[in-house]
Amino acid sequence: MRHLLSTADLSSAEATAILDVAEEMHDVQSRPVKKLPTLRGKTIVNMFFEDSTRTRTSFEIAGKWMSADTINVSAKGSSVSKGESMRDTMLTLDAMGVDCFVIRHPSSGAPRQAAGWVTASVINAGDGQHEHPTQALLDAFTLRRHFRETADGEFAGKRLVIVGDLLHSRVVRSNVLLQRTLDAQVTLVAPPTLLPTDVETWGVRVTQDFDAALADADAVMMLRVQRERMSGGFFPTAREYAENYGLTAERLHRLRPTTAILHPGPMNRGVEISSEAADATASRVLDQVSAGVAVRMSVLYHLLGGGEGNR
Amino acid sequence: MTQFHGGARTVWDASAISRALTRMAHQIIEANAGAEGLTLLGIPTRGAPLAHRFARLIGEAEGVEVPVGELDVTMYRDDLRRQPVRPVGRTRVPRDSVDDRVVVLVDDVLNSGRTIAAALEAIKDLGRPQAVRLAVLVDRGHRELPIQADHVGKDLPTSRAERVDVHLSEVDGEDGVLIATGEEG
Repeated sequence: MRHLLSTADLSSAEATAILDVAEEMHDVQSRPVKKLPTLRGKTIVNMFFEDSTRTRTSFEIAGKWMSADTINVSAKGSSVSKGESMRDTMLTLDAMGVDCFVIRHPSSGAPRQAAGWVTASVINAGDGQHEHPTQALLDAFTLRRHFRETADGEFAGKRLVIVGDLLHSRVVRSNVLLQRTLDAQVTLVAPPTLLPTDVETWGVRVTQDFDAALADADAVMMLRVQRERMSGGFFPTAREYAENYGLTAERLHRLRPTTAILHPGPMNRGVEISSEAADATASRVLDQVSAGVAVRMSVLYHLLGGGEGNR
Repeated sequence: MTQFHGGARTVWDASAISRALTRMAHQIIEANAGAEGLTLLGIPTRGAPLAHRFARLIGEAEGVEVPVGELDVTMYRDDLRRQPVRPVGRTRVPRDSVDDRVVVLVDDVLNSGRTIAAALEAIKDLGRPQAVRLAVLVDRGHRELPIQADHVGKDLPTSRAERVDVHLSEVDGEDGVLIATGEEG
């Protein structure tokens, strides 16, 4: 594995290997010395052309805990703001001998394009409304742990319901692609105005009936309603959205006890998820955050931990 | 008696392994003047079941439960960049079982010593043992680092062209020590 650009590029065996190593890395988090020498001498550059706290921080922590040198470059304060193109910036850093670029960019496809320019590995840390592969992997990690506690630990036959603003979400596409590879069944729930135009080609069930989808769900993933979209006419009011598509206290009480609640964050309490649901025992939101570092350590290991044979 | 086993010859069968493990378990107890303060850490893949067998043997002999765990050292190896990404084994170290205890590392074959060097690094990140000892079922020589085992089941002088395979029922379905001739790997 040289790059991680899309979850579509992962085979079931590769995805499982990433989750398995992440399971080992998760234990490192609770050790007195949170450091492995594995990536000593490797340099990882976080290039974030868009704001992010948790993704950037968890990549940085993941790199540091594996003894890599991590450097953050944001569009602000770099030569990007002086008008240097992304390509020139990356070629410059590549020429310095960087081993890996972690890229967050507002344009879909930017990381894949970048991967063609440089000799280093490239990880997509979220590109526009396209993909966010490490988020989907940490969701899968969280789900697998949940399935191990409540069932057989397998993805096959499990029902995952993803609800919310699917049109503007990069999380949903990566999740659908990965969960399909892992053999889970995905149902998407969203108002018609927030469905991607090509959703029927994704090979998953799409419905407006949230309550019916919830009835037999093994997990429900609530996506953030991006408040900046509310004035765009995608739905009438936040309250109406919450009534139809929010995980309200009332819906929470009807959930089966084994249904896990996920949210990639940041949450809009009272819109797509009620406080009762966010803080419920079934909520795995904080588990997702703690999985983030472990999964990213595993991804870095798979991309940078071997010799030239996999480069 | 030497048996041939699909291109490899068996130099030790199940009963020989069993006798060696019993002897080594008693040596471990003797060296420690009892089982007090002992922790056994097996290095995956085959060091792990061996550590569990030692724990059972020592436990039976001394009437105590010996903390036993598994310590994967892949992430600490110094040869990671010399080959493609390696799979990572399990690490399960019982709580409070490293600091101020006598940790006995357990592995199936001692060869270059690089795995043990990596294990010593890994232990350092888990805590500060009072002492670390090493128990291996087979010492085949060819050391590349100044590392020696405290407890050895069998010294097996081999040529570098030969491969020593320890088979354990927990992993391979049956017990045996085999020598195969030919390519490394």
